[in-house]
Amino acid sequence: MQLFMEQLPIVIHSLNVGFFQTLKLFFVTLIGAIPLGLLISFGTMSRFKPLSWLMKLIVWVIRGTPLMIQLLIIYFFPGLVFGVPIWGGGESGRFLAASVSFILNYACYFSEIYRGGIQSVPVGQDEAGLVLGMTKSQIFFKVKLLQMIKRIVPPMSNEIITLVKDTSLARIVALQELIWAGQAFMKGSHGISGAIWPMFFTAFYYLIWNGIVTVLLGRLEKKLDYFQ
Amino acid sequence: MAILQVEHICKSFGNTEVLKDISFSLEQGQVLSIIGSSGSGKTTLLRCLNFLEKPDGGVIRVKGETLFDAKDPATLKESAIRRKRLHFGLVFQSFNLFPQYTAVENVMLAKQLLAKEQPDYQSRKDEILREIKEQAETLLHQMGLSDRMSNYPHQLSGGQCQRVAIARALALQPDILCFDEPTSALDPELTGEVLRVMQKLADQNTTMVIVTHEMAFARDVSHQVIFMDDGRILEQGPPQQVLGNPREERTRQFLSRFTEEP
Repeated sequence: MQLFMEQLPIVIHSLNVGFFQTLKLFFVTLIGAIPLGLLISFGTMSRFKPLSWLMKLIVWVIRGTPLMIQLLIIYFFPGLVFGVPIWGGGESGRFLAASVSFILNYACYFSEIYRGGIQSVPVGQDEAGLVLGMTKSQIFFKVKLLQMIKRIVPPMSNEIITLVKDTSLARIVALQELIWAGQAFMKGSHGISGAIWPMFFTAFYYLIWNGIVTVLLGRLEKKLDYFQ
Repeated sequence: MAILQVEHICKSFGNTEVLKDISFSLEQGQVLSIIGSSGSGKTTLLRCLNFLEKPDGGVIRVKGETLFDAKDPATLKESAIRRKRLHFGLVFQSFNLFPQYTAVENVMLAKQLLAKEQPDYQSRKDEILREIKEQAETLLHQMGLSDRMSNYPHQLSGGQCQRVAIARALALQPDILCFDEPTSALDPELTGEVLRVMQKLADQNTTMVIVTHEMAFARDVSHQVIFMDDGRILEQGPPQQVLGNPREERTRQFLSRFTEEP
């Protein structure tokens, strides 16, 4: 018990550092993937067929393969095949590569959610806007966007909660995120080895963060309840 | 001169001819009712007038200006069509109000967006926006919705929604106001309140084209009635004639369904 009390602050500090990296990856992914997903969804819905096919192909490949493979390929491919390690070395290089992989992957999932949201807004809304002399972009931003956001909050919540946990996949390119930090104490770190309990602690970090995310998204959903 | 002239409008969807050589004209301040069974092309005709569908052939003129001529590609450009739509207002069967805006916001939105294109918008912004708000409130007042201005569409009855939609169409002061079966989604009680508003508009000499199944209303309010069947105008004339004493057997057959009702 005394040993545990001695080790606890060391472990907590280590986990906090790892969790900070996890959070960074989480926010960077959201900031990048939310707008990129919209562009991809416009691409898949484009009337210019080559663009729509290309976008659908990308979405198919990205959604059809494991994120872990994408991480490995994006991180190692440029260096191993072309001899150009574009990501740079060290933790910042790994973070950059992981961010690109996550943004691309999540943007593809988001794009399909957006597409569903946009297409679920009744065509009568477009027509009402058109006969009132609105432009297509006015109709999108002033009429349809908020209706679409309201419809996509529940499926987006699902993806965002998955993203919290998926960040742990970045461990495969040795990004020093939360799981990496917890696992270090099994192998041996800061004079602690063979300890499984730090891993259990990591689970609480995910659980609590997802609790916060769930509450925030629930509030957003409530806020949009003023119309139907 | 007629405010609206429609000449030889044709429209097909795939191999189905929906409109076959439709021609009619309408005088300023008059009401035209279009009747006919479902699938006869009434709604498609109205959608062509509002450029929601592009006719395959024919000409549409408003106040002598050619808005659409299938033979003249210059009249078919998407950018020009947006402005031309403003000659017409359209009230939909399913209202199509914007759910995230209140009644008064629904009425103001399009006008606010159009005002931004005025050259003096920046310098007179407050004044312009105030005028738009006053106009919207006046219109809703005329629709009997003074106490409903800040309600969202889902808080309103169908009849109230449709009256908001009428105010929204009137806000842009169209030359011709079109109605696509405006009461078909309403129960009889709510139908009455919408028809009363439309009657009032007719009394104020609003030029209107009304697609309807309300025969009594069409008889009372119209100057002219068109009976459509299978994409053609089968009969056309004053309501007493078309509804009271139709020449065509098909018109009589159609109308008998309405008189049989108790």
